[in-house]
Amino acid sequence: MPNSSPALVVTALIKDFGPVSSLDGKMVRVLDGVHLRAYPGQVTALLGANGAGKTTTLECAQGLQRADSGTVRLLGENPFNAGAELRSRVGVMLQDGGLPPSARPLALLNHVAAMYASPRPVAELASRLGINSYATTAIRRLSGGQKQRLALASALIGNPEVLFLDEPSAGLDPQSRTIVFDLIRELRAEGLAIILTTHLLDDAQKLADYVYILDAGRTVTHGTVAALTADDAGDTYRDLRFHAAPSLDLPAAAFPDFALREAEPGHYSVAGCFTPADLSALARWWEEAGILPTSITMEPRSLEDVFLDISGREIR
Amino acid sequence: MSTAAPLAKRILLQGRYEALTMLRNGEQLVLAIALPLLGLVVLVLTPFLDGLAGSRVDAATPGIIALCVMSTAFTGQGIATGFDRRYGVLRFLSTTPLGKPGLILGKALAVVVVLAVQLVVIGTAASLLGWRPDPAGLLPGLVQLVVGAAAFTALGLLVAGTLRPEATLAVTNLFWILLAVAGGIVLPGTLLPDAIRPFVDILPSAALGDGLRSALIDGAFDLAAFLILTAWAVLSSLAAIRWFKWS
Repeated sequence: MPNSSPALVVTALIKDFGPVSSLDGKMVRVLDGVHLRAYPGQVTALLGANGAGKTTTLECAQGLQRADSGTVRLLGENPFNAGAELRSRVGVMLQDGGLPPSARPLALLNHVAAMYASPRPVAELASRLGINSYATTAIRRLSGGQKQRLALASALIGNPEVLFLDEPSAGLDPQSRTIVFDLIRELRAEGLAIILTTHLLDDAQKLADYVYILDAGRTVTHGTVAALTADDAGDTYRDLRFHAAPSLDLPAAAFPDFALREAEPGHYSVAGCFTPADLSALARWWEEAGILPTSITMEPRSLEDVFLDISGREIR
Repeated sequence: MSTAAPLAKRILLQGRYEALTMLRNGEQLVLAIALPLLGLVVLVLTPFLDGLAGSRVDAATPGIIALCVMSTAFTGQGIATGFDRRYGVLRFLSTTPLGKPGLILGKALAVVVVLAVQLVVIGTAASLLGWRPDPAGLLPGLVQLVVGAAAFTALGLLVAGTLRPEATLAVTNLFWILLAVAGGIVLPGTLLPDAIRPFVDILPSAALGDGLRSALIDGAFDLAAFLILTAWAVLSSLAAIRWFKWS
C-alpha cells in the first residue's frame, strides 16, 4: 500500500434495485458488501463477470447513485450531490459514453472543457487521441472505438485528480488500445488515481497496480496482480504443460505433491508452487520411462486462473 | 488542481449549447416555427376567430405565441431530454462541474432563447399581417409567458424523466396536437363545446392562451389564468423533482 492517503474509499456498500416486476415485485441486491480503496498514482481495477456489480459500484463512487448503506468517500467527500468543486476534480467515462449523438466531437469537447477553470488544452488531447480525423463527424456516425476515445477525452479534459473509466477498452481496435493504454499509464505517472472496470483479465494484468475481484455484488478478493497469482507463502504458482505420447501411465512418484493429469490425449498439465526438486522428480520419471516430451512449457499462473477459480467457470 | 468555471458561465454555456442544438434540429424547427406560422396564416384566412378582437390577426397571434411555448418548452425540450437520458448524456454532464441543477437551468435557458427567436419570427410575420397588440398588455403578457413556459418546461421534463424516449416522443407530440386543437390555446374555450369546457379551462394550454389574449387584445392581466399557470408550474416542478430519473 502506498503511503499517500486514498483518493477513494468505499466501505460495505449495499444497493438494492427494484422492485422488479418479472420477479413478482421483489428487490434485487446488486451490491452486497463492496469494499474498495484507490490511491493516487495507481491504476485500480474492478474485475468481475457481467452483472458482478462493477458499474453500480462505480456509479455509487461517482455520486450518480446513492447506496442503500455503506459509505463512499471521494477525495474526502460524499460524492452524492457534491458541489461543482468536487466534480471538477473527478473525470468520468461512462460505459455507454454519455455523448449526445447529434453533437460533433471537437465542438462537444470544447463545450465540456469550458465548464472548467483550467482544462487541458483541447487541441493537444484531441490530437493525442486521434480525434482530429473525425472532429466534425456527428457522434452517431462514429465507430465504437472512436466514441470510446472521445469519451475518454471528455473525462480527461477537466484535468482531474481522479479518473473513473467504465470498460475503457471496449470496442477498441489494437492501435487504439495501445494509444489508450499508454495514455492511462502516463496519467498514472502524473499521479492520477485511476479506477477502471473490466471483464478482460488481460487489461487488468497489463494496466492494474491493484485488483479488486467482484462476484455477485461482493469484493471477494483483492491484491496486486503479483500477490493474487501467488500462494499464501508468496510463492508464485506455475502452470506446467508438456506434450508426449497419449495415455501414459502417470506414476504418483513423478510429481508427489501435485495432481498431474492428462487434460486431452497427449496433453499433460500440472499447476502449483513447484520447487526445483519437483521438476527434478518429473525429469527422473521421464528418464526412467523413456519419455521425451515434444514440448514443455512453464508459465506463471495467470489472473484468469485466479478469477475463474473464484467466480466459477460456468456462464452466468 | 482543477476548479470549475463559475456557475453563471456554466449555465450560459449549456443554455447556448442546447439552444443551438434545438435550432439546428429540422423536426424541432417544423414544430417551433413552421407549424405556428402555418396556424397564424390559416387563422387569418378563416373566420374561426371573428369577433374576438378588432382584426383576425389580433385575435390569432396571442394563441399562436402560446402554441410556440408549448412547442418549445413541452414537446421540443421533452423529446430532447428524453433522448439525452437514453444516451447517458444527462448522467455524463451531471458528473462534470455543470451538475444536475446546471443542466436543468441550462435547459430552461435554452427554452427562453428559442422562445425569443420564435417571438421575433411570429411577431414580425404577424406585424406584416397587421397585428397591433395593446401596449398596456406587453408586461402582463410577458409575465404569463414566463410562467407558462415554466409550467410547460416542468411538464416536458416530467414526461421525459419518467417515460422511455419513444413514449415521450409519442406523448408530447400527441398532447401538442390535442391541446392545439381542443386545449383552449389557439381557439379559446368559449368556441369549444360546453361539455368539455370545465376540463379545458383548467388546462395550462387554455390558461396560457387566455392569459395572452387578455393581455395582448385587451391590455388586461388575467389573474385566474395566472393562478392556474402558477399552480401547474409548481405542481409539475414538484412532481419532476420527485419522479425524474436521470438514468
